[in-house]
Amino acid sequence: MQRKITIQTIALLLLLTSFTSYAKDDAPKGDKKSEIKEYIQHHLKDSYDFSLFSYTNDAGEHKYVGAPLPVILWDNGLKVFSSSKFHHGETVAEVDGNHYKLYHNKIYKTDAEGTINYNEEQHPTNVKPLDFSITKGVVMILITGLLMFFLFKSLAKSYAANGSIAKGAGRFFEPIVLYIRDDIAIPNIGEKKYMKYMPFLLTVFFFIWFLNIFGLTPLGVNVTGNIAVTTALALLTFLITNFTGTKDYWKHIFDPLGDSMPWYGKVPLYIILIPIEILGIFIKPFSLLIRLYANMQAGHIVLMSLIGLMFIFKSWIGSPLSFGLAFAISLIEVLVALLQAYIFTMLSALYFGFAAEEHDHHEEAHAH
Amino acid sequence: MKLLEDFSIGLFFWQTLLFLALFFLLRKFAWKPILNAVNEREAGIKNALSEADNARKEMENLKSDNDKILKEARAERDAMIKDAREIKETMISEAKEEAKAQATKLIEQAKTTIQNEKLAAITDLKNQVADLSINIAEKVMKDELSNKDKQVALVEKMLGDIELN
Repeated sequence: MQRKITIQTIALLLLLTSFTSYAKDDAPKGDKKSEIKEYIQHHLKDSYDFSLFSYTNDAGEHKYVGAPLPVILWDNGLKVFSSSKFHHGETVAEVDGNHYKLYHNKIYKTDAEGTINYNEEQHPTNVKPLDFSITKGVVMILITGLLMFFLFKSLAKSYAANGSIAKGAGRFFEPIVLYIRDDIAIPNIGEKKYMKYMPFLLTVFFFIWFLNIFGLTPLGVNVTGNIAVTTALALLTFLITNFTGTKDYWKHIFDPLGDSMPWYGKVPLYIILIPIEILGIFIKPFSLLIRLYANMQAGHIVLMSLIGLMFIFKSWIGSPLSFGLAFAISLIEVLVALLQAYIFTMLSALYFGFAAEEHDHHEEAHAH
Repeated sequence: MKLLEDFSIGLFFWQTLLFLALFFLLRKFAWKPILNAVNEREAGIKNALSEADNARKEMENLKSDNDKILKEARAERDAMIKDAREIKETMISEAKEEAKAQATKLIEQAKTTIQNEKLAAITDLKNQVADLSINIAEKVMKDELSNKDKQVALVEKMLGDIELN
């Protein structure tokens, strides 16, 4: 119980610190500042093409360097076309007589002129087709998946080929695998059942870690800072926790006091306790998804804001200062990348541990 | 509510799909072989260590056994030597005893024999002396009693001897 409370406190603190840094840049003043802010906003979102960088040439044209990606829409049938048709939101894409326009990084169905209708709150009222596009984030997920697959497959093979001793890059990753086994899985889940959860824990750890690190590269992808990605990850933790839950796990939720109290004493308490416990089932994975999302998002915002400051200061004192700060923060972000992966894995293991626990009731009865 | 607006169903769909695919592939082709290999290796190391420990213990046991056997052998040897010495001594003393007894017996026998022989010799001598003296006496008598005078003289002399006795 003590441990649960501390972990929740830490989670709350992490959340708070994340949001304070989120609130930092809310001052769109001056042309450069708003441009930078827009750039950061743009970066934080997923995009329909794999842009590496963009620049404005001498003729004043905006040039993008990168590759277009396939857009897949479900709008009365499957519509697949290249994102190059959007010309980065500048033109309307026409597919099978339907017109689509990119507006604020979302695809809307429009008429041939690409008119976007707004309601009184300045929100577009156009229809948004179901969007299964292979975005930049999806591409990064694919690349990370392939990288992980070949990396760990070769590690697995090197054991057979090299007499149970890892070779090459595996030498670096093997201790991490062992750390997850010995210091995350076994202490939280227990010697008996940890093997069942290990594949998920390892996959989720390396997946988050690699994507966090990729987010810090100049590729500038913000996959783990995307709420959809973290939701998907946390949802899996949620499903695994509750589908592998033992009788004791459910008993702990619906009968937390057990035999220590007569039923007429438990009833008034349970009116409060059981809803809290049931809420807890959902809050636990929800805290996972928000924590990862907010931390990565905030890290990117802070880092890019500091880099943006260089262009705002444009002085011999301010710019190097913000460069130094950006450098320091990016070092911290490398640590955070690992830390967030660790926290997600650690807490998942903790929840699996709750789900897998089996009290020895017989022994307990004797102890009382 | 910007957060919910930003939520992309497409990305969620792809993330779930790709992550699950990655999870199942890695589970089959990476995590299970890796964990099995590592666990096997650790079990092997543990086994090797315990085996080495056992071997060391066995060696120690063997050594102590050896020491024990050596000690026992030494003790046995000592005991045997002691026994032998005792046997030797008793044998010598017994032999001495026996020799002494034999000697005494022999001496005794010799003495009795000598005594017997002596007695026999004395008896024989006596007999011979008696015979001789009888013979002498006969001859003397014959000689003496060849005439009357002499016979009378002898008788008288004898008588006179008797009186002297």
